[in-house]
Amino acid sequence: MAYLLKRAHVVDPQVGLDDVRDVLIDGEKVAAVAESLDAPEGAEVIDASGKYLVPGLVDMHVHFRDPGFEYKETIETGARAATHGGFTDVATMPNTDPVTDNGAEVRYQIDRSRHAGLCHVRPIGALTVGEKGQTLAEIGDMVMEGAVAFSDDGHGVQSAGMMRTCMEYVSQFDKVVSAHCEVESLTTHGVINEGRASTRLGMFGWPALGEELEIYRDIELCRMTGCALHIAHISTEKGLELVRAAKAEGLPVTCEVTPHHLFLSEEDITDAYDTNLKMNPPLRTAADAAALVEGILDGSIDCVVTDHAPHAPHEKDCEWEIAFFGIVGLETSLPLMLTNLVLPGKMSWSRLVEVMAVNPRRCLRLPEVRVEAGSTADLTLIDPAAEVTVTEDWLQSRSKNSAWLGATLAGAACDVFVAGRHTLTDGVVTPVRRVLR
Amino acid sequence: MLSVKHLIDTTSLTADDITQILDTARSFSEVNKRAIKKVPALRGRTIVNLFLEPSTRTKSSFELAEKRLSADSLSMGGATSSVVKGESLADTIETIDAMNVDMFICRARLAGTPQKITEHTDAIVINAGDGKHQHPTQAMLDLYTIRENFGHLDGLKVAIVGDLSHSRVCGSLVPALKTMGADVTLVGPPTFQVDDPDYYGVPQTADLDAVIPEMDVVYMLRVQLERMEGAAIPSRREYNRLWGLDMARVNRMKPEAIICHPGPMNRGMEINADVADCARSRILDQVNAGVLTRMAEMYLLLGGENNGVSA
Repeated sequence: MAYLLKRAHVVDPQVGLDDVRDVLIDGEKVAAVAESLDAPEGAEVIDASGKYLVPGLVDMHVHFRDPGFEYKETIETGARAATHGGFTDVATMPNTDPVTDNGAEVRYQIDRSRHAGLCHVRPIGALTVGEKGQTLAEIGDMVMEGAVAFSDDGHGVQSAGMMRTCMEYVSQFDKVVSAHCEVESLTTHGVINEGRASTRLGMFGWPALGEELEIYRDIELCRMTGCALHIAHISTEKGLELVRAAKAEGLPVTCEVTPHHLFLSEEDITDAYDTNLKMNPPLRTAADAAALVEGILDGSIDCVVTDHAPHAPHEKDCEWEIAFFGIVGLETSLPLMLTNLVLPGKMSWSRLVEVMAVNPRRCLRLPEVRVEAGSTADLTLIDPAAEVTVTEDWLQSRSKNSAWLGATLAGAACDVFVAGRHTLTDGVVTPVRRVLR
Repeated sequence: MLSVKHLIDTTSLTADDITQILDTARSFSEVNKRAIKKVPALRGRTIVNLFLEPSTRTKSSFELAEKRLSADSLSMGGATSSVVKGESLADTIETIDAMNVDMFICRARLAGTPQKITEHTDAIVINAGDGKHQHPTQAMLDLYTIRENFGHLDGLKVAIVGDLSHSRVCGSLVPALKTMGADVTLVGPPTFQVDDPDYYGVPQTADLDAVIPEMDVVYMLRVQLERMEGAAIPSRREYNRLWGLDMARVNRMKPEAIICHPGPMNRGMEINADVADCARSRILDQVNAGVLTRMAEMYLLLGGENNGVSA
């Protein structure tokens, strides 16, 4: 199948393009990019005027709950949410049941996602067996089955010695270790940022130091082992300063931030105890959020990720202290970035493409995707004039635990192509039943 | 009429609300001295005492207050309720709500529970203590006791001493005292201090001896031994030596200064036995004030003068 996208505003910093072009997709590839192209016979012509065409968006930190917690999300429903949000690739964290800590579990996710046929699901393998922090997982086996990175997300490896072993072992594979930084002896029962919010709402605090101390530790382990380190869901100004300093030294350190840590703070948590604002790490201070926005603009933060964490209603509609951590994010990530940063002119389209497409692919060691002839046609078309209201019905995820329910956001993905297949058409997820290669 | 529908926290109360509660409580004090301690103010009203966490004094205080107002009440405890069978809070509340009740009195282990209850019922909710968050009816009885003693609240210097960070009593007493114009100082071991005293806008110190001579009220908090996950103080003995109220410290207090404690006391830990029973102690006055102020809160929230029956 061929598609001709007419008069799309193409933004791809990898090829230095930020201008209106016609783009022809033929089969799995981009066939041509030019100022004006004629539609070959049989090609579907899509009027893309006023819309932005970018390399397919990548979210390198999601939880699809499959296997084990299919009542929250499956690989298929997660892939639908990803597609609806404009993504061509997602990297799934290994805290499934059983934990994705061996090659067979990696294989399972990839096979399932091919049957879902909507987006590329890139499994992240556990560093340790069962994410228990005690025994090295079969990392080589997982690499051979297609794991793209390694992480004990949700816990962090508590023992510095074990983390050293993990990073030394991973260093042979040219894969990144994504570190969930949390010193559990400091965070203990913490369910909310320690400080104003914990005092105001009367709950155990999760101190910033619990995150920053482990960022420091892992940067030093990166220096010692040479293993590429990616700091997951960074949430504090001080943590970001540690990453900045490591980068300035030339260490192979990258980091990511979520839209909720950019655009929400502990001040948004009122005495209504809205559990859709309960995250790990917790929402920090407004000053932290402002520093993170600065970091995503100035290049210190490499990627925007969602930490998409689906939970069933009964796991959220309860008292804060026993509610599960996390929110769904795949479908609001791009609209939030557009609404808060790109459309108001604070962030360039080209920087958006870096943090949502180019950099995450690089962190995951995926082949580059460019808007140029010969590249795989993993592409996202964004309509900046779209207006979306976040409702439970609008969300395609099986779970509805969004912090933005009821919000109206400006700009959204309207079309997505994955290996040349039209997976999102005018904002509607295309029902595909063909196996992705 | 109060400016709030529910009594969830003291942060939402105005000085006028607090004054109304204290004045109404005072008008009930005469009732409690009668041989027949009962008025028909809440006759026909149904109140559910939902105590999801063990409680003796708060629960009995509410139960007596309900009986003296002629309300119909039902007490449910965590150990005997369906909550221990795994029922969610929402289901518990909607089930009780379906039986048409007028008011929930809720004690809970988890912060924010009373607020969550309001999302599942139209009934009025009184917070009888939620986790480490607030215990507003305790704050009202404390203010009543202090006001009865001094005749006023504004300008009084109050030290709240002890396990501040685990204390819902502290969480509601500080804002209420501030609203009424009192000066509050928090005193406790660094490991028990609140995360952000600036939220309350009050000073916080570990040095009890330095503040004792200045205070009009020394309010000793119970050390929550049942909540001491990961010991934050070395021993009861050392706690008593550094932060316990003993006679040597009492003798350095202002002549007219008083001592309060929300109970139950750990005698010999935060307060010595002779101090608890001394002339400055207002601890039993607090217990009496608990019934009066809870009568006042239920009366005012369930319609006050507009409920068709006068007190």
